[in-house]
Amino acid sequence: MLEIKGLMADLQDEDKTILKGVDLSIGAGQVHAIMGPNGSGKSTLSYVLSGKGGYEVTGGSATLDGVDLLDMEPEERAAAGLFLAFQYPVEIPGVGNMTFLRTAVNAQRKARGEEELSAGDFLRVVREKAKSLKIDADMLKRPVNVGFSGGEKKRNEILQMAMLEPKMCILDETDSGLDVDAMKLVADGVNALRSEGRSFLVITHYQRLLDHIKPDVVHIMANGRIIKSGGPELALEVENNGYADILEEVA
Amino acid sequence: MALAKLKADATQARLAGLALPQGLETARKDALNRLAVMGLPGKRDEYWKYTDPATLTDADALPAAVFEAGEPLLFDAVERIKIVFVDGVFDPDASDDLVGEGVEIARLGDAAAADVHWAKEFYGTLETRGQTPVHRPLATLNTAFATDGVVIRATAKVAKPVSLIYLHKDQASDVMLHSLVKVEAGAALTLLENGPAAARFNSVLEVDVADGGAFHHVRAQGRDHERRAVTHCFARIADESLFKSFTLAVNGRLTRNECIIEMVGDDAVAHVAGACVGDGADFVHDDTVFVTHDGLRGESRQVFKKVLRNGAVGVFQGKILVKAGAQKTDGYQISQSLLLDGDSQFLAKPELEIYADDVACSHGSTSGAIDEDALFYLQSRGVPLQAATDLLTLAFLAESLQEIGDDGLADELRDRLESWLARRG
Repeated sequence: MLEIKGLMADLQDEDKTILKGVDLSIGAGQVHAIMGPNGSGKSTLSYVLSGKGGYEVTGGSATLDGVDLLDMEPEERAAAGLFLAFQYPVEIPGVGNMTFLRTAVNAQRKARGEEELSAGDFLRVVREKAKSLKIDADMLKRPVNVGFSGGEKKRNEILQMAMLEPKMCILDETDSGLDVDAMKLVADGVNALRSEGRSFLVITHYQRLLDHIKPDVVHIMANGRIIKSGGPELALEVENNGYADILEEVA
Repeated sequence: MALAKLKADATQARLAGLALPQGLETARKDALNRLAVMGLPGKRDEYWKYTDPATLTDADALPAAVFEAGEPLLFDAVERIKIVFVDGVFDPDASDDLVGEGVEIARLGDAAAADVHWAKEFYGTLETRGQTPVHRPLATLNTAFATDGVVIRATAKVAKPVSLIYLHKDQASDVMLHSLVKVEAGAALTLLENGPAAARFNSVLEVDVADGGAFHHVRAQGRDHERRAVTHCFARIADESLFKSFTLAVNGRLTRNECIIEMVGDDAVAHVAGACVGDGADFVHDDTVFVTHDGLRGESRQVFKKVLRNGAVGVFQGKILVKAGAQKTDGYQISQSLLLDGDSQFLAKPELEIYADDVACSHGSTSGAIDEDALFYLQSRGVPLQAATDLLTLAFLAESLQEIGDDGLADELRDRLESWLARRG
């Protein structure tokens, strides 16, 4: 599904190399988690994959089902099936959440040569999916993320994911700022989307999220590289001992 | 003195080809005399510092190509009383009968001839009052030479809006129209204005709202790229009255919209708002607003939003004057621009002048580029760059559209704006 080879990227403004050769391969239907100390490049990886400005790819490749992601505009990557759940979802005053969702869904359908959803069909689907995420009608009407609590913003991200039905979902610290109940709700939303054809890359600091979203593979990222990969037990090891042992081990 | 001489010469040159129309002689001659003293504006006048009035004051109007919109006229779906002017000439065939429940309507020329006393007495009075403290000579020119217009008197809550439609078919047309509105105590009227009107258009609208009256005004100034317009709305509003005006300006080479509101009564409310989309280095759009609080507990709002690209220039001159004794005034003013590139400019001059000591007044003005984070967020959800830009542009303008009191009209303008943005002009 997602193949990343030797990916290197700089932060343009600061002329600083953040990714120093990331190798990662995620198969269809798999859930991978990336953990790592602050500043190791986890969020940068998610931004570079989704095409955010301000980063320059200086080497390596990233493909989704064999298609070169790095050559595409952000919207083309989305239409190709990539989705990033933001660590800090953006507030957009003046754009209704519903308008936003419908515009996004139909833009992707159009890009893939599919017919746009009718207003009625869209409404039916969105209501059904919103309900399972405990997103009420008021939240759908309000401007995108404006005045939403931290938990509401993250649930709204998962709703977008559910509506857009991507192949490859990247969750960037989706657990940050969530209380236990909200995390459970978000994790349930993610788990409901798990399927053979859909893969996940979960970026997190805490093992706790991985209790709810069970990963197949856990990677440790440090200093712009994946330094160790293993099963779910690796996350437990980090939880208990921190990163020091692992960093020492590979140094 | 050299400047005064230049100004006098320019004014004479403009007047040379004009003859006073019939009717309303007293007011017209008075205006002519006042104009002789003031002279027409020049770019060295403080009040025209940001917008060069030359093409508005020159003897000859520059031609403007007629824009073929290929879409139904705005407000077509609204049940209304239509009054159509083609290049400033009344079109009786395209217009509805000038009758309605709770409202008296006549053409300006007919009203003068038929002894509609209130109109004869009212014509030019608010324009004259509006010359203090700042001169607005182009309005005085209009009072002297306006060839037509509409006079409307609302005596009850009028259900159907009166809709003035200004079609532009002659690319050389140079038009002055002057309309009067009187909203009697407790009455209510909605006035719609739509269209470019002419290659060069000078309009004056005088609005008198009596105690407890309400006046709603929604206007769109067409899409002709080369039309030039200077419009003036002079309003005087009494106790517990409401005045609301919204203007949408898209395209147009030069637009100066002046709105002068005098809140003479207590507990009066005045809201003026505008949305503008400008494209190109030769685009200038100027909103000049002057709100005077002269009653107790008055509430005024000015909300102006401009989207500018490819070197377009936006101007906002907005003033709130709170007279001594106008206690508990609540005055608010915001002007904002969204600059879609580095070449566009927004020039804002917000002014507060307050002589009462128990008031709440605030003003703000901002200029900014499009929010890159919001843009990326939309793109990451699959919305193409241009559509995402349009969506954010519309969102930016939405706050001013919300000022429209009628949701149906606001939705129509929003939908239209959306389709215009999508078609790029």
